[in-house]
Amino acid sequence: MSLQLTPNFHQPDHRYHRDFSPGDDFYQLLIDSHRDLSDEQSALLNAKLVLLLANHIGNLDILREAMQLAREDI
Amino acid sequence: MLKTYTYPKYHYQRPPELDAAGARRPVLIVGAGPVGLTAALDCHLHGIPAIVIDDDDTVSVGSRGLCYAKRALEVLDRVGVGQAVVDKGVEWNVGRTFFREKEVYSFNLLPEPDHKRPGMINLQQYYLEEYLVNRCNEVGVEIRWKNKVVSVTPADDYVSLQVETADGVYGIECDWLIVCDGARSPIRTMMGLDIDGKIFMDRFLIADVVMKADFPVERWFWFDPPFHPNQSVLLHREADNVWRIDFQLGWDADPQAEKQPDRVIPRIQAMLGKDREFELEWVSVYTFQCRRMNRFNHGRVMFAGDAAHQVSPFGARGANSGVQDTDNLVWKLKLVIDGKAPAKLLDTYSDERCWAADENILNSTRSTDFITPKSNASKQIRTAVLQLAQKHPFARKLVNSGRLSVPAYYSTSVLNTPDSDRFAGMMEPGAPMDDAPVRVNGHDPADQWLLDHVGNRFQALLFADDVATLDGSQLGALAAGGDRQFPVQPVVITPGSKAVPGILTLQDVKGRFAQRYDARDGTVYLARPDQHVAARWRSLNLASIRAAVLRATCNA
Repeated sequence: MSLQLTPNFHQPDHRYHRDFSPGDDFYQLLIDSHRDLSDEQSALLNAKLVLLLANHIGNLDILREAMQLAREDI
Repeated sequence: MLKTYTYPKYHYQRPPELDAAGARRPVLIVGAGPVGLTAALDCHLHGIPAIVIDDDDTVSVGSRGLCYAKRALEVLDRVGVGQAVVDKGVEWNVGRTFFREKEVYSFNLLPEPDHKRPGMINLQQYYLEEYLVNRCNEVGVEIRWKNKVVSVTPADDYVSLQVETADGVYGIECDWLIVCDGARSPIRTMMGLDIDGKIFMDRFLIADVVMKADFPVERWFWFDPPFHPNQSVLLHREADNVWRIDFQLGWDADPQAEKQPDRVIPRIQAMLGKDREFELEWVSVYTFQCRRMNRFNHGRVMFAGDAAHQVSPFGARGANSGVQDTDNLVWKLKLVIDGKAPAKLLDTYSDERCWAADENILNSTRSTDFITPKSNASKQIRTAVLQLAQKHPFARKLVNSGRLSVPAYYSTSVLNTPDSDRFAGMMEPGAPMDDAPVRVNGHDPADQWLLDHVGNRFQALLFADDVATLDGSQLGALAAGGDRQFPVQPVVITPGSKAVPGILTLQDVKGRFAQRYDARDGTVYLARPDQHVAARWRSLNLASIRAAVLRATCNA
């Protein structure tokens, strides 16, 4: 198994009429989760999100690959 | 500034009501913009005599509405101006997205094959309005130029208006009033009706530029470019080698100062390079709001287009959705006027189009939030998306500089008959119908389209592998109308080349109908007059069709 880099957002039991909709739903959720937070609080929220999602993925090979890609161009 | 377009001047004529009280009119439409004129032509198609009242005597000043999407073109086809719009308009497929100094990625819209109309064409709004006015003149729809509505008094079963002209004020009454008088809607204000939503704290400079040399027919969108740091810029082609350029300015910009050519020209030079020759045609600075009225029908007064709902310009959902409002409204109004449906059918105009407006507001607000991030965290996330988008397809899907304007599925409408049989694909009850290439009655040329043969009435589309197996008496019964009120036109669709005598037969020449509608021998679709699916079954049953028509007209 390797890191999924093609569009993969979806919601079980939800029928989408447009291919952009699940990604846009995700993006709005993410932006909304930062609403009314200070910059410092937002950074903390992002760090927590990374930890929660990393634990969910679990596979260190995949996490290592994601970390490498995230570091590019910085 | 240069002129590529000469504004027509339409003539005011003294209205007869100034000299003698006139009869009450069935329908008056206020506003001769794209929405009001389309409504007038649709009324004409349905045999409703409608008069359009407008306070100006020409078309839209400035290009304004620019992108006309597939569904709006299909409605314009139905009222007879689609071809003129497509012939003059510019079809584009390639879009490029830039972040800072680099191109992040490009896309090709590659329209799905075998539809009559492309996903979108670009055309200045004044051309669209001119074609609509020409069509009104051709078919004899009366437009009263330089007539300004100054008061509206709704009664239980009619509406009374006072209209101001150069020759004085006259009174006129109508059974139904369709209000298409734009975002600031004076009539909405006169009636004391609210429209709620939010203002975006941002300003945009919009310029129409005539290029002196060729330039690719592509849509270019920049996030944070070196020539306009921290803001976004859009470049889009129009007809006549005119280009639309949109600069995000921020809320603190001075709209008057920013409109001056000595401010605008250096911005454009910085973007296009010093060597490119161009001239300014039109410049404006705008802000926008996303908001809608609580409901679009108020007794005998119907609101449509920007008067009823407004969106940000990203995604071209203004004029496109307004044209779809009239598409939804006019057939319902016709049935109510004829006494064939109760007035509550007009509540479903409001319900279905509020649903569509909410979808449009959601999508255009998301685009706006991506284009103009509201916090450092939002901006940081967007920067991450744009960086990742250079290499990774999933991130490209998240880049949002405007989503293609697409029609709403009225999936929750009370007019739908829910499926009782199993179907795959997207043509569920409430869906805007997909197009397909067809050959008509076995002999016409192949260059014909399904959507040119559906609309304006209820139709049952019957799919048959072999037309010889169809029961002629059942088709006849459908056409006659079970209760004499609602004749349903049978339309046979078949992969074979034989036609059914006396019945419109469409050959599914490329198999697209079968594919897009998941149709097989015996499948029946009930189409509404606005080319939306009302119901579908795996076999023909007249009682089911009759029940579905009654439901789709609030007669159940």
